[in-house]
Amino acid sequence: MGTKINVVIDGSAIQVDAGTTVASAILNSGLSRLRQSVDGQARGPVCGMGICYECRVRVNGDSYVRACMTVCEEGMEVRTDA
Amino acid sequence: MTKAYDAIVVGGGIVGCACAFYLSEHFKKVLLIEKGPIGGGSTAAGMGHVVAMDDSPAQFRLTKYSQDLWNGLYPQLDANCEPRFTGTMWVATDEEEFAHVGDKKQSYASYGVRTEILDSQSLADAEPSLRKGLAGGLLVPSDSVIYPMTAASWMLNHAIQRGATLIQGKAVVSMGNEQVSLADGTLLTAKHLVNATGDRAASLTHGLPIEPRKGHLLITDRYPGMVRHQLIELGYLKSAHEMSSESVAFNAQPRATGQVLLGSSRQFVGWNPEIDRKLISKMVKRAEDYLPEIGKLSIIRTWVGFRATTPDKLPIIGPTEDDPSVLIAAGHEGLGITTSVGTGRLIADIVAGLDSAIDRTPYGLSNREAH
Amino acid sequence: MPNPKCFDVLIVGAGPAGIAAGLAAVQSGAKVGIVDDNLLPGGQIYRGSHGSLNAGVRQKADEAAKAGIDFIGGTSIYDAPKSGTLYGWGSSGRTVLRFEKLIMAVGARELFLPFPGWTLPNVMGIGGLQAMVKGGLDVKGKRIVLAGTGPLLLAVASYLKQAGAHVVGLFEQAPWSSLISFSISLASVPSKLNQAIPLLLDTMGTFKAGSWIVEATGTHQVESVTVETNGKRKTIACDYVACAYGFVPNIELPMLLGCQIVDGKVEVDRNQRTSVEDIFCAGEPTGIGGVDLSEIEGAIAGHAAVGRTDLADRMLGQKAKWTRFADNLDKAFAIRPEIKNLAQPSTIICRCEDVTVHDLESVGDVRSAKLQTRCGMGACQGRICGAATRFLYGWEQGTVRPPLIPVPLAGFEAESEAEN
Repeated sequence: MGTKINVVIDGSAIQVDAGTTVASAILNSGLSRLRQSVDGQARGPVCGMGICYECRVRVNGDSYVRACMTVCEEGMEVRTDA
Repeated sequence: MTKAYDAIVVGGGIVGCACAFYLSEHFKKVLLIEKGPIGGGSTAAGMGHVVAMDDSPAQFRLTKYSQDLWNGLYPQLDANCEPRFTGTMWVATDEEEFAHVGDKKQSYASYGVRTEILDSQSLADAEPSLRKGLAGGLLVPSDSVIYPMTAASWMLNHAIQRGATLIQGKAVVSMGNEQVSLADGTLLTAKHLVNATGDRAASLTHGLPIEPRKGHLLITDRYPGMVRHQLIELGYLKSAHEMSSESVAFNAQPRATGQVLLGSSRQFVGWNPEIDRKLISKMVKRAEDYLPEIGKLSIIRTWVGFRATTPDKLPIIGPTEDDPSVLIAAGHEGLGITTSVGTGRLIADIVAGLDSAIDRTPYGLSNREAH
Repeated sequence: MPNPKCFDVLIVGAGPAGIAAGLAAVQSGAKVGIVDDNLLPGGQIYRGSHGSLNAGVRQKADEAAKAGIDFIGGTSIYDAPKSGTLYGWGSSGRTVLRFEKLIMAVGARELFLPFPGWTLPNVMGIGGLQAMVKGGLDVKGKRIVLAGTGPLLLAVASYLKQAGAHVVGLFEQAPWSSLISFSISLASVPSKLNQAIPLLLDTMGTFKAGSWIVEATGTHQVESVTVETNGKRKTIACDYVACAYGFVPNIELPMLLGCQIVDGKVEVDRNQRTSVEDIFCAGEPTGIGGVDLSEIEGAIAGHAAVGRTDLADRMLGQKAKWTRFADNLDKAFAIRPEIKNLAQPSTIICRCEDVTVHDLESVGDVRSAKLQTRCGMGACQGRICGAATRFLYGWEQGTVRPPLIPVPLAGFEAESEAEN
């Protein structure tokens, strides 16, 4: 599992191990907020299994992608709701 | 044990709540009975569109009158009623449809409603998400949108503040001759009984020409700015007017949350609550025809509702012929949210023995098409 | 969109129950398919790590592949449009799945009970945080507090320690008396005892019973929690919180299919048949019972689905044994009443729509809550708040309609020629 993948999170290029989910990559990069609630509160992953939808981010232009269910791919562009 | 009220309203949908609201302006002892959640029936399947609709002069008069009443209420409504002037954009796909737009403008003008004709480019500018190359549209800026369930409970809460009572969670088994019976045996009396039970009104007042007309809705996740006005295809009126067994017409509304509410379908299948996938797929095809990118939007929920439908598409507002203590306030088809307030006001006028601002005759039970 | 996939037996869920069902059904020569949201089989308990299969699952997955079982990963079931058909959604759009028999092995999700601060970033479920670590989250040197209830607490605490985290608090709400009775009952399930002992030894130092989190605090993310034990409160600084109160069966697909549900569980007969013909259900949705019971039920369903009720019936003894174990688990880790009172008026109940306890004061049922406050109308479709309001207020859940998860509108298009 030495393979590294390059992804871009909120404009910053980072390297992650192959098999890392987008949610884990985001948290590893130092961010804890993946989206904003309707009242503007910071939210991050909770259930880790694709049910709570708190980890929604934009991936390669597609919105409402569950970061915990998505594995990083080379060149992926991720935008949190910051 | 019997209790005497001035008026009893059966049905806590938006029409019943509006009746209670306006009745409580005149009477202290108004009772509303609702067996389920407030606004939980057809109201919960209403799009919340407050619209001037010109299928007939009587329809236009009632919708315009109701809009004026709504406009008067908007400044007082709670924020969660979300009143917004999105306006309506009637969309013409081709030259044939666009040719009718001039007549529609005239018709609206005769009732004092200002509209604006948009050509193909102006339509594209006003609604960038629409497919390019549509012939044009008619914008009605005075049309608005509200959140039906909270508007209904706002009106009911105000009625209660003025002295009205609510009995919730109990079913009514019969109403007539100044008496309402509940399933648990309670008897309630009032000189005036209002049947505001919508699609089920004929079960409490036998022989009423009201049938359920099923509609489907879908709602997306939040996409602010995707749609700016309530968009309706000009074919919508045809779908509502013709009593065919099944029809679909494109209707899309931007909600205050940024969600897009999609309709509409009509079918006579009794009270079957199942989602009809075939009909939904026709709605989807239609929607994709007008909004090419909409296929990508995330759908969170689908649901159905039953429009209370009369043969002539006008609601029944007025007393029954053989029992003057029973007033009907039902049969609003797809205009229940809009005309709820007009209905409530007319009902209150009748009960209080007052003249109304509009002619009530077209909505009475006499000379109506029966089943 | 890809062409339809047709199976004699279609299994939804590639966790312990689903895999066991598949391996059983395929013995009779049936064409078997297993569909799962995740890209790799294993479900939650056997979730793979860093893109690789869990070791215990690898052997079974190989066996399944050799036997010709089709695994359709990364596909979430969102509709059952007509008899014998399911629609799934994945990265390539819609997959049409057709079947003669269906086995639902859709598992459970964690029960989240609201408390002040539970919505802060880095407050997650117990399985939730473990899933994140398996997904590559680096917790080396991070201070973690685990709380809630159930054996998962110990398993995940141990796992996190192995991943280099500092477990600074481990709080089980059940009282010592329940835990002691439960431990005694483990004598009749030696395999479980053997699993438990190393976990207990590993976590003894930090473990506290009769304790729960009353509040999480922090500015941009959680920074500390306040924990109550025997009426005394203590504040602990931390980087992550893993907190959940057991499990909730995933009954949405069974409900959409019209299966009889009683007390939040799918009703099944001795062979895991639901009230709907040709539809079976195994594992957690029939009642939370843990991995061993799930595997037995999966195998029973798999055999029964291909008509081998003789093989299914042979497993009833095992099923009874693990059902007894599950009942003991249930009793031992029952949620105490104090947990119902943790939420304050300003505590959020519906995370998707930010609806608080106070907002829900004047409504008395799930439907009114939806219509008047938007509680349950968000992206999670009422799964998280629904379980909480069921527990807190006794509200029964409403009807289920498609889509089972949010899908693009294109998911509602008519089937194309190719899909037919």
